[in-house]
Amino acid sequence: MSAPLTAPAGTAAIPPGARPVTGFWRRALRHRSFVLGAVLSLFVLGAALLSLVWTPWSAYDIDVASKLHPPSAAHWLGTDVLGRDIVSLLLVGARSTIMVGVIAVGIGLSFGVGLGLVAAARKGWTEELIMRMSDFTFAFPAVLSAIMLAAVAGPGMVTSITAIGIFQIPTFVRVTRGSANAIWAREFVLAARAAGKGSFRITIEHVLPNILSILIVQATIQFALAILAEAALSYLGLGTQPPQPSWGRMLNDAQTLLFQSPMLAVYPGAAIAIAVLGLNLLGDGLRDLLDPRLARER
Amino acid sequence: MSVFFLRRILTLVATLVAASLIIFLVLDALPGNAAQMLMGADASPDAVHALTVKLGLDQPLTVRYLLWLKGMAVGDLGNSYVYGTPVAGLIAERLVLTIPLAIMSMLITVVLALAAGIYTAANHNKLGDVGVMSLTQVGIALPNFWFAILLILLFSVKLQLLSAGGFAGWDDGIWTGIRSLLLPAISLAVVQAAILARVTRSAMLEVLREDFVRTARAKGLGKREVLWRHVLRNAMIPVMTVMGLQFANLLAGTIVIENVFYLPGLGRLIFQSIANRDLIVVRNCVMLLAAMVVIVNFVVDVLYAFIDPRIKVSNL
Repeated sequence: MSAPLTAPAGTAAIPPGARPVTGFWRRALRHRSFVLGAVLSLFVLGAALLSLVWTPWSAYDIDVASKLHPPSAAHWLGTDVLGRDIVSLLLVGARSTIMVGVIAVGIGLSFGVGLGLVAAARKGWTEELIMRMSDFTFAFPAVLSAIMLAAVAGPGMVTSITAIGIFQIPTFVRVTRGSANAIWAREFVLAARAAGKGSFRITIEHVLPNILSILIVQATIQFALAILAEAALSYLGLGTQPPQPSWGRMLNDAQTLLFQSPMLAVYPGAAIAIAVLGLNLLGDGLRDLLDPRLARER
Repeated sequence: MSVFFLRRILTLVATLVAASLIIFLVLDALPGNAAQMLMGADASPDAVHALTVKLGLDQPLTVRYLLWLKGMAVGDLGNSYVYGTPVAGLIAERLVLTIPLAIMSMLITVVLALAAGIYTAANHNKLGDVGVMSLTQVGIALPNFWFAILLILLFSVKLQLLSAGGFAGWDDGIWTGIRSLLLPAISLAVVQAAILARVTRSAMLEVLREDFVRTARAKGLGKREVLWRHVLRNAMIPVMTVMGLQFANLLAGTIVIENVFYLPGLGRLIFQSIANRDLIVVRNCVMLLAAMVVIVNFVVDVLYAFIDPRIKVSNL
């Protein structure tokens, strides 16, 4: 019987080369931070999706007569200074947050991964140039580029999405290039080359599929960063503009009322923290599950 | 010295020039005409033209760019379009607040992070480690401006210990100034400390597995001594890299936090200038912030070589 080498108790014996896909969900459901992260992230996603079809009240209708109501059966978390229902604002806010995050990470992912793959495939001065440029972009945090863009193009959702997207690019460039370089050094790439494949085909057929899990993990974590950046920009008034509800904006509105209605400043911040915590935990979990070699010391 | 530093310095200068070029192009070339923006859409063309000439905006882009570079070299950043006073003076006034704030929060960050990182690494997988690590996970998820608002709620609204904003200045003594920067500095620091603590911990755990640690223990050194003398020093490289990157976040963070606490620092100046369409102030402030980020990372790069001489060789 060709039993696999006896594995120490408690570790799964995965034959080398086999993809541990079958056990993914079983392992995933046992992974604490993955489960917690997934639950929190789905909760926020669910809120955003729910807001598309239903909110307890309209998030846009102003009703000053019922302003600053405490929580009640009608308004579960009360109303804001314009009489808008907090729960509805939070639900619609989830939508803005996720939208900005998805587009910004999409920008970072497409440019960053593209440049990173080129850098790894071309080497030489192309690589040098791309890496210097990405180092350089680190000098402009999202808030700073958003300020520059807002100064010339005016504040708004497009400004903040662009700024956050640009700020995401260098991280993706670095991660992509680093992991792609490791794949380029492997024997199967050499074999593919010997078989006559060009660098473009090798990149698409061999490199990209092999670094996909790393990119997924990174994208999850970048999503969390994008949410934080969006919240900060909206808080400053550079991001999502009223009347479109956003969590950052709600915090700005609430700050003027700290003495009257302190709880108004608690809910939107908690929503941001839940979304970011969920994505971070999900990213940590995915990293452990998709590529055990990357597992961080815990 | 030699090639290592020469290369680093050349990169530094090139990066600064590139940054200035981007900032200039975005802020001065794209909008077309700063004079038009200043006077509004319905100003008469003659008035706009007069202002354009007065501000020197009728000169070619390259000339204006070179004049700006020359001005930065001699410390003359031009006059604010709105106030008419020198930009350098406006910025200097604000730096009196922003630089102490940044330094205070970096200090708090480092103290908190190293304490938490060393503690958790020394107690790996024990209850304290798990507890502190869960706290840092939550800390990373907190938006710093929300944490700032929560601090205001606790210390200003409930306990009424500290003021909710504003800056007393340094004239009434250093403690009064520090007191009004305390909450802003803490709110900037806590989130960053959470990240840095995790980095410190994993860097230290990595070093703890090295052979030389076992050797040090074997030759009779105490656990504490090994931890401080050998492990911490070797773990500093990744910790310092992250600290350098965090300084960039910190400066961007001061822009947000200054707005939470109504502090008259660089961040507020940038915001007022955007609102006033005072692009020359925006341009110089953004350049200053970007330059600080670049220079801090340069210093970190050079410091590596002092902490770990191996780097100098491998990077030649």
